[in-house]
Amino acid sequence: MSTVSGTGPGTADAPSPDDALHEAAALADRDTPPRHGAAPDGPVLAADGTPLKRSLARALRLQKTRALMLIAPLLIFVLISFIVPIAQMLWRSVENDIVSNTLPMTVPELAQWDASDGGLPPEPVFRAMYYDMFLAAEAKKHTRLGTRLNYEQTGISSLFRQSGRKLDDLGKDILKPLRALDGDWAQAAPWFELMSGADGAAKDTAALEAQRDRLRRVTESPLAGEIGFAPSSEISALLPLTAQAYTDFAIFTVLEDGKDLAKTKPWETVYPALIEDMQTADVAGYGGPRAGMLQALRAGIAEFPPPSYSAAFADIDADWAAPQVWQTIQTHARTVTPGYFLNAVDMQLTPDGAAAQPESKQILVKLFGRTLVMSLIIMGSCILLGYPIAYLLANLPMRTANVLLILVLLPFWTSLLVRTSAWKVMLQQQGVINDTLVWLGLVADESRLVMINNQFGTIVAMTHILLPFMILPMYSVMQTIPPSYVRAAKSLGATNWTTFWRVYFPQSVPGIGAGSILVFILAIGYYITPEIVGGTKGVFISNRIAYHISSSLNWGLAAALGTILLAVVLLLYWCYDKIVGIDNVKLG
Amino acid sequence: MASSDMDGAFVEFDRVQKSYDGETLVVKDLNLAIGKGEFLTMLGPSGSGKTTCLMMLAGFETATHGEIRLGGREINNIPPHKRGIGMVFQNYALFPHMTVAENLSFPLEVRKMGKSERDAKVKRALDMVQMGAFGGRRPAQLSGGQQQRIALARALVFEAELVLMDEPLGALDKQLREHMQFEIKHIADNLGITVVYVTHDQTEALTMSDRVAVFEDGRIQQLDPPDVLYEEPKNSFVAQFIGENNTLMGKVTKMNGEVAEVTLDDGEVIDTIPVNVNAVGDRTLVSIRPERVEFNKERLHPDAHTIHAEVLEFIYMGDIYRTRLKVAGNDNFIVKTRNAPDQRRLQAGEKLEIGWRPQDCRALDA
Ligand SMILES: Nc1ncnc2c1ncn2[C@@H]1O[C@H](COP(=O)(O)OP(=O)(O)OP(=O)(O)O)[C@@H](O)[C@H]1O
Ligand SMILES: [Mg+2]
Repeated sequence: MSTVSGTGPGTADAPSPDDALHEAAALADRDTPPRHGAAPDGPVLAADGTPLKRSLARALRLQKTRALMLIAPLLIFVLISFIVPIAQMLWRSVENDIVSNTLPMTVPELAQWDASDGGLPPEPVFRAMYYDMFLAAEAKKHTRLGTRLNYEQTGISSLFRQSGRKLDDLGKDILKPLRALDGDWAQAAPWFELMSGADGAAKDTAALEAQRDRLRRVTESPLAGEIGFAPSSEISALLPLTAQAYTDFAIFTVLEDGKDLAKTKPWETVYPALIEDMQTADVAGYGGPRAGMLQALRAGIAEFPPPSYSAAFADIDADWAAPQVWQTIQTHARTVTPGYFLNAVDMQLTPDGAAAQPESKQILVKLFGRTLVMSLIIMGSCILLGYPIAYLLANLPMRTANVLLILVLLPFWTSLLVRTSAWKVMLQQQGVINDTLVWLGLVADESRLVMINNQFGTIVAMTHILLPFMILPMYSVMQTIPPSYVRAAKSLGATNWTTFWRVYFPQSVPGIGAGSILVFILAIGYYITPEIVGGTKGVFISNRIAYHISSSLNWGLAAALGTILLAVVLLLYWCYDKIVGIDNVKLG
Repeated sequence: MASSDMDGAFVEFDRVQKSYDGETLVVKDLNLAIGKGEFLTMLGPSGSGKTTCLMMLAGFETATHGEIRLGGREINNIPPHKRGIGMVFQNYALFPHMTVAENLSFPLEVRKMGKSERDAKVKRALDMVQMGAFGGRRPAQLSGGQQQRIALARALVFEAELVLMDEPLGALDKQLREHMQFEIKHIADNLGITVVYVTHDQTEALTMSDRVAVFEDGRIQQLDPPDVLYEEPKNSFVAQFIGENNTLMGKVTKMNGEVAEVTLDDGEVIDTIPVNVNAVGDRTLVSIRPERVEFNKERLHPDAHTIHAEVLEFIYMGDIYRTRLKVAGNDNFIVKTRNAPDQRRLQAGEKLEIGWRPQDCRALDA
């Protein structure tokens, strides 16, 4: 093996960022002479005989790990505080598991229903809905679902609220004759004994866990812990629906309300369940506790017709007897929905797929368009106003320029609200500008100009507020244009205008680009100023987002709107990169 | 060389003064006539007003007082773009957003020249600086020397008769600088253009110029061809600024016409040529060029004045030897000798006699 000399680790001639790496490699090789061997035609070897590539990779990895560790806290902070909320927002715009979580039994039943013939769903759907709704009402989650479905069909919210209150009626109606048959049916302890079975009887824990799971999805609480109850296997087989209803009650009562099961009367759901189960149950062979109660009921079951859930719903509200509500639930049952995005572009998800919103509800696309156009106008006026100022700043003597710069930055030191309100004072009909115009006789007193609460007001106020964001990048770019270019152009015979247009202006374009991107992106998502001075005609899409976040509480739609906004900005950014080139943008 | 008398002058500064702040004069009473086709260099220490003069000529600064004339016409009030003066800047000032060819055709475009004519001229100018193949590149894709050539070509492409250059070679390394000096001079001579050239570098000034104007503190100290400037400096500033120089302090003790007798501070009496000493008793600074000092007895001129010296240091510099001596109390007295086969290398500590011709010894103001 021949030794070849060369510049190896630690012997680089000029300092470079890689020197640290070389040093690291040199340190690793310290106990060997600083020479490098190479097999005649094999890979280049480091001093200790390992291939140079590998030892370089090792040195690099060490360096990289150390660097990563150094920035790790910041990286984690950025991830948690920045990336996660954005990802969450994106997710929220399609997430829709509230329907299937709140109505876990109804949704699969509804899926089998063919809504196209215009009829009502079959009885099992109503039955499932009854038990789902009852539980949701106990957990106080039905109004939330009502609100969610109300985005799709107005009126559902109040329908759900009222129905929650009246769901007891069906059970109460059954309880009356049942109590007449045997008073124990209205007591807590007999039910508990019946459901638990004899001491030492086999327990149907699978059913318990299944119901616990279901309740978890509805209540969104962990519901962990021992409840001291599980339906006996015998009862679970004999009276499945009843056992299920009672288990729901048991879990909820113990874990959420913290009450003693043996002393709490069961929910009304157990009565229709009992009657339904008893229609077919063969209780003759049943030998567990309270067998007498069951046998007596079985004997008199003719008195108790099977409960009609659909009739009960029709009693509660006529809307349940119409197919629309059911169609709406069916359409929006999926856990991931494009519905919010469709809403965001003035469309809606109907049973027949996507369709346009009714004319009267179509505002969002127009609002998006307006936001874009007005942001462009604001950007344009910022360029027009900012360019001369930035030029002055860059070309005045230092001291004057500093004073001017302070004036430019002054607005930054004043509250945004104060600045916006100041424009309100200036622009309103009894405001400074109108007063001056009237005083000058340019405008008649009775026809004062309307300059606020419209697009004009928004454009004026936002141009003023965003102007520094245009001036500063322009200024920092112009500052780097050496005056010798201008002199060179003039000495070559160019007039002042030609010099500016052919030599100075092209070199200041990166500053315009940077300022424009900054102002446009800030403008497109601006909220406060349009809110205050925009009236109804001058508001932006962000005001609509804020409305859905804080007033209508339609966070899904707000998230979809926000996502679209983000996408538009990214798209424009991409276009800008294609046309102008993002490396032509200098922020300083 | 072009004539320098005032009547035929192409460029004239007539009692020009300049002040930026209204308190100090940066240029004080500048009178300068530059003939057509002349290569004139402004040389001087930093801050002596060279750039200011150039900028006044180009029209980027206005003279506070006095007249500047170009081709006999007063140009004080003509804006820069109408003066038709080509200019090469220290940092080249090539427009970064234009290609080399576009840079060159810019001055032709603003003169509303037709496309074909423009292209022909651009091509000719590029060929002149041997950059014909680089027309499509951007300035950032060129080396410093190449940019320099393009800047030169751009200043020449619109056929300016007067070209100003402000330290155009300042950013180049020594070798390239020497090469470019030669090339600029060559092109200027071929085209017969008038060049006003500003530099810090005295070698550059001496090798390129027809005449050199030495500036100090806003005044021209001496305006002469390079050989005259070097061999006959008119005052101690010029003597010390141009080339290396040995100085001995003394007092004039006798004046007889062409020769002044000077008694040095340690009592030694030498003969000198009086340059700007007027009377017996004046303090004077005697200047002798290091290469005019001889220690080899055989080569010493018969009229030479000899003086005792002690060798302090011998420095080998390749083509020459540089020996530092202690002479008449001055221990920074340099002698330069050619590295010839028979040349003797002096040893530190050696004591010897050195000498020079009285003509090489100039008594200047102290
Ligand atoms: N724009 C200006 N405003 C005020 N003072 C200036 C300005 N330009 C130059 N000066 C002053 O005028 C004097 C002469 O400057 P000038 O640039 O002419 O010197 P120079 O001889 O070109 O020096 P250098 O060799 O360093 O380029 C300096 O003292 C400088 O500080
Ligand atoms: Mg200068």
